[in-house]
Amino acid sequence: MTSPYKLDDDSVIVVIGTGAGGGTLANELAQKGIDVVALEAGGRHLPGDYINDEWASFGQLAWTDMRTTSGSWRVAKDFGNLPAWIVKAVGGSTTHWAGASLRIQDHEFRAKSTYGEIDGASLLDWPITLKDLEPYYDKAEDKMGVTRTNGIPGLPGNNNFKVMKAGADKLGYKNCHTGNMAINSQPRDDRASCQQLGFCFQGCKMGAKWSTAYTEIPLGEATGHLEVREHAHVLKIEHDDQGNVSGVLYADKDGNQQLQKARAVCVAGNSIESPRLLLNSASSMFPDGLGNSSGQVGKNYMRHMTGSVYAVFDKPVNMYRGTTMAGIITDESRHDTSRGFAGGYEMETLALGVPFMAAFLNPGAWGREFTAAMDMYENMAGMWLVGEDMPQESNAVSLSDAKDQHGMPVANVHFDDHPNDLAMRKHAYQQGAAVYDAVGATQTYPTPPYPSTHNLGTNRMSANAADGVVNKFGQSHDIKNLFISDGSQFTTGAAENPTLTIVTLAIRQADYIAQQMNEKAI
Amino acid sequence: MTVNIVSMPAPALTRRQLLKRSLAVSAGLVVGSGFLAGSSGAWAVEVKALTPATMATLVQMARDIYPHDRFEDALYAAALKGHDENAAKDDALKAMLEDGVAALNKSAEAAGNDSYLATGWEIDRLALLKEIESTEFFQTIRGGLVVGLYNQPAVWDKLGYEGSSFEKGGYINRGFSDITWL
Ligand SMILES: Cc1cc2nc3c(=O)[nH]c(=O)nc-3n(C[C@H](O)[C@H](O)[C@H](O)COP(=O)(O)OP(=O)(O)OC[C@H]3O[C@@H](n4cnc5c(N)ncnc54)[C@H](O)[C@@H]3O)c2cc1C
Ligand code: SF4
Repeated sequence: MTSPYKLDDDSVIVVIGTGAGGGTLANELAQKGIDVVALEAGGRHLPGDYINDEWASFGQLAWTDMRTTSGSWRVAKDFGNLPAWIVKAVGGSTTHWAGASLRIQDHEFRAKSTYGEIDGASLLDWPITLKDLEPYYDKAEDKMGVTRTNGIPGLPGNNNFKVMKAGADKLGYKNCHTGNMAINSQPRDDRASCQQLGFCFQGCKMGAKWSTAYTEIPLGEATGHLEVREHAHVLKIEHDDQGNVSGVLYADKDGNQQLQKARAVCVAGNSIESPRLLLNSASSMFPDGLGNSSGQVGKNYMRHMTGSVYAVFDKPVNMYRGTTMAGIITDESRHDTSRGFAGGYEMETLALGVPFMAAFLNPGAWGREFTAAMDMYENMAGMWLVGEDMPQESNAVSLSDAKDQHGMPVANVHFDDHPNDLAMRKHAYQQGAAVYDAVGATQTYPTPPYPSTHNLGTNRMSANAADGVVNKFGQSHDIKNLFISDGSQFTTGAAENPTLTIVTLAIRQADYIAQQMNEKAI
Repeated sequence: MTVNIVSMPAPALTRRQLLKRSLAVSAGLVVGSGFLAGSSGAWAVEVKALTPATMATLVQMARDIYPHDRFEDALYAAALKGHDENAAKDDALKAMLEDGVAALNKSAEAAGNDSYLATGWEIDRLALLKEIESTEFFQTIRGGLVVGLYNQPAVWDKLGYEGSSFEKGGYINRGFSDITWL
């Protein structure tokens, strides 16, 4: 059969969400000739529509449906209804993402064995190793065109990178370069090379940055085996009397409810919406939600230890010119408890424009200390600090009393920093400031975490069914034709930006689903 | 969310004409009937719902919240204009803003000044703002400003942010790596 598919066609695989995980999986399945219906809550936006304006772009692409927050994290205070910065559009958050594409390190897959018992942390080892994933990492890097892999040269360093590099050299850091970026440094795959627009977070108007919106999705559609339905907001996953999933109920663009039958369902709505959907799909057979016999759905929410350091110099930097994330220092990503914490962190350049700098530099602040910083915008350099945060069972996505436009309970995101996260952030702030002080910063600003861009762990992978939600292929421990295909599968967070691994897992999962279909296991 | 200033009928009023039509002058601002203007006559905003005197106080308050000595009052007034427009449709908001300003003036009087606007030193006005920092009134003004003030291309120019670049071919040939002082 070829696309489009009928609502009562129960031979299709339904993929929910078309971001890093869902978009990749949908294409990989379609390439194998498997029929896929991908349901996406947002609309379709392509490079021609992207806007080089921070707030206007946010309004165009961001997920702004209601969410609530709780816990002691600062985001709850500053952005109570915006716990996460996620996109609602075909392509998901790969439209907004910066493109940093790093492999998780070997020891990070064995977090519990490496770090040992840590009070209050629900650490586990992943049920897979780096070795298992290496062939799939290779495929993902090739697909995404990651610089410094497959013979692709690095991007040229912009001003913000040059400041970081000079500071890193002075401090004696050994590993500082322009990153492993899923951004074309030269034309590749019919996509242009980076023209240094400086609006990577607003959707790349050159199409130089990899996004499923204009790579995976159209490639999948071209096979005739992928139908993407836009403005299709999934409300519930349904199951049959045997307890296998049988279809999904969604609200279409006019708000009418539709039921799409399915042979299997793959959930890739990002780590807040995916557990919410499983919880909202509770039934008399599964009163705690689908796939939740372990009670782990929504638990162990991770968002990475993050923070930023912005520094002011006596001369101009113009950090906003060119690639948003234009360089990295990896020296601190090792596990070395002599620093006072387990795990490590990456230091990556980051630039915000004036509108976002005002909103995020120090949310809620006012008065001359704040405006003195803004007045020096031209002379600023900036970096983002991103490291492994400890999974904690009490950090969780759960159902809130508030309802969304479709009458479904919205997600509440509860988060408290673990002492290990706080110790790491303190170290990272010090080192970030030291990099800039080494090249003559006159001021440095330790900027608090933004609404979460890396949302992980809420349907985690585990060897043992009692410890997590899915097996090593992202298949539900409870329901064999239900899969999790996004960052919520992560067992632990690791220090690295997650998307390369999400894509890698999706490629691997597509092979597994095809095999299970062949074997008639699903 | 950029708010456009309603420009005065061209040519801009002369300072004398402005002063003739105005009800009160203070701190570089001219308050007239239905409008608020810079005393140089270079800019003016029409106010629909709020009184011009309230708008004048809000402009000063905005400057005290986000003081940029290189920014003209017009930029603050533009960032506040949305409140006036919303207040025209929302009586509760209008009352909240008018009452907030009245309360601010009252505490200025209690501190021995004629009004908030007549409080000469920033540090004394800040003391008044600190007292109301947690009120809905203050947070509405601050929250609106952090977006409305910094989302104006005229502000970007002053802070050295060049903004949209696609139509200019990006920064690849326009200084993305031109730093020389390192
Ligand atoms: C500003 C920014 C910068 C980033 N930079 C980097 C970076 O440099 N490197 C990196 O590795 N990562 C980066 N990330 C993170 C990266 O974008 C995410 O890790 C990744 O996109 C997550 O993939 P996902 O498949 O889990 O979810 P997403 O890509 O968010 O896709 C989820 C999709 O599901 C849809 N959806 C949700 N619920 C439903 C529903 N009920 N029905 C239908 N559709 C639904 C959503 O609309 C969305 O399109 C960044 C993120 C942001 C916001
Ligand atoms: S800097 Fe490069 S990757 Fe970023 S938006 Fe511009 S062209 Fe795209």
